Amino acid sequence: MRQFLKLLFRNQLAAFGAVVLGFILVLALLVPVLPLQDPDVTATGDRFLRPFSEGHLLGTDHLGRDLLSRLLWGTRLSLAVGIAAAVIAATIGSAIGIIAGYFGGRTDNLIMRGVDMLMAFPYILLALAIVAALGPGLMNALIAVAAVNIPFFARNIRGVTVSLAGREFIDAARLAGMGHVRIILTEILPNVLPIIVIAMSTTVGWMILETAGLSFLGLGSQPPQADLGSMLGEARDAMITAPHTSIVPGVMIFLIVMSVNLLGDGVRDALDPRLKSGALSRPQAKTLVERKGAVPPATDDLLSIQDLETQFHVGKRVYRAVNKVSLSVKPGECLGVIGESGSGKSVTALSVMGLVASPPGVIAGGAVRLEGEDLLDVSYEKLRQKRGEKVAYIFQDPLATLHPLYRVGDQLAEAIQCHHKVSDAKARERALELLKAVRIPNAESRLKNYPHEMSGGMRQRVGIAMAMANDPDVIIADEPTTALDVTVQAQILALLDDLRRERGLAIIFITHDFGVVAQLCDRVAVMYAGRIVEQGPTNAVLDAPAHPYTKRLIACVPELGGGRRELAAIPGLPPVVDKLPEGCAFAPRCQKAREECQKGEIGLEGAAPRKVRCLYPEEAV
Amino acid sequence: MGSYILKRLISAIPVLLGITVIVFLIMALIPGDPATAILGSYATPENVEKINRDLGLDKPAVVRYFIWLGNMLTGDFGRSFSLNRPVLDEILERFGATLILAGTSFVLCSFLGILAGVVSAARQYGFADKAITFTVLIGISIPSFFLGMMMILLFAVNLKWLPVSGMYAIYGGGDLPDLLKHLIMPALALAAVATGVIARLSRSAMLEVLRQDFIRTARAKGVKERRVIRGHALRAAMVSIIPVLGIQAGFVLSGAVYIEIVFQWPGIGRMLVNAILQRDILLVQGGVVFVAACYVLFNIAVDVAQSMLDPRIKT
Repeated sequence: MRQFLKLLFRNQLAAFGAVVLGFILVLALLVPVLPLQDPDVTATGDRFLRPFSEGHLLGTDHLGRDLLSRLLWGTRLSLAVGIAAAVIAATIGSAIGIIAGYFGGRTDNLIMRGVDMLMAFPYILLALAIVAALGPGLMNALIAVAAVNIPFFARNIRGVTVSLAGREFIDAARLAGMGHVRIILTEILPNVLPIIVIAMSTTVGWMILETAGLSFLGLGSQPPQADLGSMLGEARDAMITAPHTSIVPGVMIFLIVMSVNLLGDGVRDALDPRLKSGALSRPQAKTLVERKGAVPPATDDLLSIQDLETQFHVGKRVYRAVNKVSLSVKPGECLGVIGESGSGKSVTALSVMGLVASPPGVIAGGAVRLEGEDLLDVSYEKLRQKRGEKVAYIFQDPLATLHPLYRVGDQLAEAIQCHHKVSDAKARERALELLKAVRIPNAESRLKNYPHEMSGGMRQRVGIAMAMANDPDVIIADEPTTALDVTVQAQILALLDDLRRERGLAIIFITHDFGVVAQLCDRVAVMYAGRIVEQGPTNAVLDAPAHPYTKRLIACVPELGGGRRELAAIPGLPPVVDKLPEGCAFAPRCQKAREECQKGEIGLEGAAPRKVRCLYPEEAV
Repeated sequence: MGSYILKRLISAIPVLLGITVIVFLIMALIPGDPATAILGSYATPENVEKINRDLGLDKPAVVRYFIWLGNMLTGDFGRSFSLNRPVLDEILERFGATLILAGTSFVLCSFLGILAGVVSAARQYGFADKAITFTVLIGISIPSFFLGMMMILLFAVNLKWLPVSGMYAIYGGGDLPDLLKHLIMPALALAAVATGVIARLSRSAMLEVLRQDFIRTARAKGVKERRVIRGHALRAAMVSIIPVLGIQAGFVLSGAVYIEIVFQWPGIGRMLVNAILQRDILLVQGGVVFVAACYVLFNIAVDVAQSMLDPRIKT
């Protein structure tokens, strides 16, 4: 609760709303003891006095009554009626919702059908019908406004109750022989109460506005008694000659509703944990680059990642997801990058084309060079022209990575058309070719499919076809086979391998599966906690892993026909990368770790092409 | 698609019946004697009896309901005693005016709201975002009837740009430009709150979508950022925006009651308020049922639009 209030008042707008609303509420409470004139005493000689007249701070209305006094009494009445309506609607609505949700079955069905019917009305029609039946009057307006808001509470509270009613502690209470009434009052009600209060806080503004509206129409409070709505309604006739009589109550309604809205928004935001992490931020078109230090010189590789540092800045914390990683590929070469989830391999891959979500992602150092050109230094437009055209991505889980509402044919055609000016028919033809190239049967009819109409393997082929659309030089495949079953996985790998041999493209293959690496990759780099801990030719690394982590990782892979062998899971979890310990990040999980492993900087050393970042490697490299 | 529309129409029948039951119950539960309510306390017994017979109040409630329902289905909504003409004629005449006002407002709030939301999301935390967020906050907090009055003061009385009220000029009006001149202020005043609500929702829906994986895919393909926002992201966000448009249509229809009063617009809302003040029960009953039924049908149209937009919905 304290944390909630702290969050709430850190939000300046919400705090402002709370202050304004608090001030108005205090004024409304104090009205009877304030030295105000009688709000109903008329003085026809003093009609329509302007604000700041002698004795009438806000002037007078069409009957010469003091506006300040009428405003404050009216505010008091409006607030009282609005809040009363909210309390009545919340009580009855919640009771209905709890009964429907708790008993379920036919009771639930019947009640919710009725609620649906009520919700089928535009709300004011229902309110008007009720006022028509009961006759105009403030009490009847209150009943009408409360009644039209009952369905809202009933529906919300029912939802919460349904999820509660299935929980163990309710079953336990039933088994303990408690009656329904007692369970509802002692077990359910305390749990739904906070939600009722929140729902009330977000709707009370509406209800104040709605009752004011009915009064404005002449269906609510009747003269001489006046709430804000009827003050405004009465003032309307003289709006042109004496606008202040309209503006005074109108501005007050506005202030009340605005402050309630601000406060309600603040409450909602403080309760929504997603806002705290800044996760609701929109990722920019290109990752933010804020490099410190010198940019490494160019090499003659096709694509080279040099001392790349990618971080996530969340509040004051800095997560070093990629920490001085260097990788490179030549044409026709396949490089595997392997590691557990959270090791930074995907972030490394996304950094290449500036696709790391930013905020919170920041590239803080290093370089990414494509044919020598530093991609971290080019403009967005230039980078965009290379995305998909020179370097293409294949992502994991194509159900989430393909647009769910576009046909796959259109998505393929778009990939071509955003780099080449070709006609729709030409693009379509090429899309068909691509689908055939990735061996999708009935390619012609598949073009018209939506992603959800295809199987996982088919979608992954579409993902590959899309990456191939512009004949790129490099493909970065980020766990493209993880979500697939083994036979489909093998087909996809064979397909990628063919493409590499036929077209001479370079592949960076991100995975956590050594089996896949062995099948496809020429070289492999092992990542742990944002760093490369070992790299070298695939066979050499697999046959004789040098880093204890690599060795443990390979030991995790079950071998077919390998007889009985202990499958050793690695104890512990990878470290969180915002507070990395000194020395080797793997040391806390390593059986061979000694004291000096947790001191200073340990370099990535060895004779090329093999390198290892370990003081006591398993094999000399 | 045709069978889906038919299915939705059939499923609307119980809702429509439910609406008539609810309206009938509310009207049937009038405390006291409706005849005296209509005639006042000086009514003669003969008059009371005549009114009771006219309203069918001498029969049991269930019978009365079915007579009323049957009459409505054959187009007989009864006769308004305050206007002394058939209820349905009056409703149809007034409904056109409301449709022009509420329809224009609905188009305005949908277009402006989505536009503001998209711009706001695309420039999150930038100047445009802050300006829009602030305007939206004002827009959703200002009562439409007060906004309407202030607009009249400013644009009609002080600046004299637009007519004060009404639907057509009394002399020499009646053509389209005249209608538009009269329509601008009430349509904008009516659209204000809904525009704010739609803008807020569109903004958060866009922000939600922009974090999705398929947006990253679009960017990885090299799609231009403008198209990423206006095409890929907006298309996906529309799936959650459209149902809110349906809900807001109800609010626009509701708000029309206030705006019609403020701007003396000859619509159905003004008719209802006058009917209530005159205690013209049949006119209220008929008007409420008619508008609610139109709203149900409109929501079916929204569902159909939704299913056309989202192929994942089984039709």
